[in-house]
Amino acid sequence: MNTIQPLDITVDNLSVTYNNAKLALYNASCRVQAGTITALVGPNGGGKSTLFKSIMGFLKPAVGRIIVGGLSVGKAQKKQLMAYVPQADDVDWNFPVSVFDVVMMGRYGYMNFLRIPTSKDRRLVNESLERVGMTEFRDRQIGELSGGQRKRAFLARALAQQGQVILLDEPFTGVDVKTEKRIIDLLIQLRVEGHTILISTHDLASVATFCDRTILLNRTILASGTTEETFTEENLSMTFGGLPLNSINHMFNHQSEAA
Amino acid sequence: MQTNLINHVIGAIPLWNWLVEPLQYGFLVRAILVSAFVGIVCAVLSCYITLKGWSLMGDAVSHAVVPGVVVAYALNIPFAIGAFIFGFGATVAIGYVKSKTRLKEDAVIGVIFTGFFAFGLVLVTKIPSNVDLFHILFGNVLGISQADIIQTIIAGSLTLIIILLRRKDLLLFCFDPNHAKAIGLNTQLMYYTLLSVLALTIVTALQTAGIIMVVAMLVTPGSIAYLLTDRFDYMLIISAISSVLSCVMGTYVSYYFDVSTGGAIVVLMTILFILAMIFGPKYGIIAQQFTKGSLEDLNQIADIE
Repeated sequence: MNTIQPLDITVDNLSVTYNNAKLALYNASCRVQAGTITALVGPNGGGKSTLFKSIMGFLKPAVGRIIVGGLSVGKAQKKQLMAYVPQADDVDWNFPVSVFDVVMMGRYGYMNFLRIPTSKDRRLVNESLERVGMTEFRDRQIGELSGGQRKRAFLARALAQQGQVILLDEPFTGVDVKTEKRIIDLLIQLRVEGHTILISTHDLASVATFCDRTILLNRTILASGTTEETFTEENLSMTFGGLPLNSINHMFNHQSEAA
Repeated sequence: MQTNLINHVIGAIPLWNWLVEPLQYGFLVRAILVSAFVGIVCAVLSCYITLKGWSLMGDAVSHAVVPGVVVAYALNIPFAIGAFIFGFGATVAIGYVKSKTRLKEDAVIGVIFTGFFAFGLVLVTKIPSNVDLFHILFGNVLGISQADIIQTIIAGSLTLIIILLRRKDLLLFCFDPNHAKAIGLNTQLMYYTLLSVLALTIVTALQTAGIIMVVAMLVTPGSIAYLLTDRFDYMLIISAISSVLSCVMGTYVSYYFDVSTGGAIVVLMTILFILAMIFGPKYGIIAQQFTKGSLEDLNQIADIE
């Protein structure tokens, strides 16, 4: 495997407001360092998905900006730098597409106007399926897969896209221990090859085992740094409950009333 | 002698007679060909609309074209142009209102399309034109004029060409618009492409099915197909067959029993839908009953794997 130039992600003073005028994310600034596996940890409803969707450009932030490898998100996406593995809940599993079709969608950005795959596209799709161990399921309709197989199919799509930056939204939800281990091994390999990986998770046990860096999030960035430094009891209790959180909540309510 | 015999044998089959006899009338041949064409166009788009969950949007656009048809007749321009402008305009209005207010999409769609439709009703009763409201509402393929056939064919061909060229992007847009965005594709353009072909299809089906029935032609064939298969290419084929069959047979039924053509077509489609729902090999009600137990076992095995 050839290695690539790692890219970083900079989130600068980001605030995201939803239609109902609620602040989902406030003054969030952090940096995902190039060539690391970084975990984004926080409670449900704490803004993990919001930050992810902002980084991927699915949400327009009210304030702030995001830079990926020195480029705006839109430009980075046009250059196929960013791959995204969605949460299982965000996928319509009844949709009439096969595993092979889904992985091929990772190549659309490289194809011509009619999206006719070249032999290179086919080869990369087959290699990606091979790498996640899904070759034998390539013709299955996606709804016929188990939870772990579903995750691996979408991971293969990200591999086929060859994005330098890979974002995985809750990759371990609904996945058995064996598959989790398998995904982690693959992520470590990808880091060695020079990919920058950001995963959102509330699976605290696995974070310490393979994530180089951790960002703690509850409606704003509460702490970030190496997993060793960041993963302290004090920080975690601040993120998942306790006094500082309440004071932040207070600030939020104040802010949204003002808005 | 030989052909005479064959004719005699074939003539003895009542169904054959039933199918062939009306073909001596030019207007009926025309009606059957036009409705078969409309059936194909609707069937193809129907697969995308069903998967995207845009049935209500289809209903909205079909109602919103009414003022366009009236204005077009009053200004003496082709009805298809007026209908397309108002149909597409309504979708733009829906998108705008949704982004500027806190209302949910279904409420916005309801407000906008009834507003357009009501405006059309006001116009049709006030502007002197030879628009027959009944024909717009319920279709009139048996009495379709040469000019209307030409417009139908142009709008339908345009729809088929656009879908043929953009079919992969449109499917990706229906399945996973976030991924489309993540790989740098223009999802805004995909959204408006799908809306334009929706408006074009409605223009195509207007003269055959009528405004009230168009939505059935846009939803039912795709739904039938979706109940029967897990593969998109099969879905297109099943959708097209069930749609064309209903359109052609509906026109016959309409001729023989002197009933509304649009009505007959949609009744046949609905019958096919009910059959698919009950007897579908995998997702049919009967099949589900039989396989429920064994599927659960299989899933457990798959999970242990």
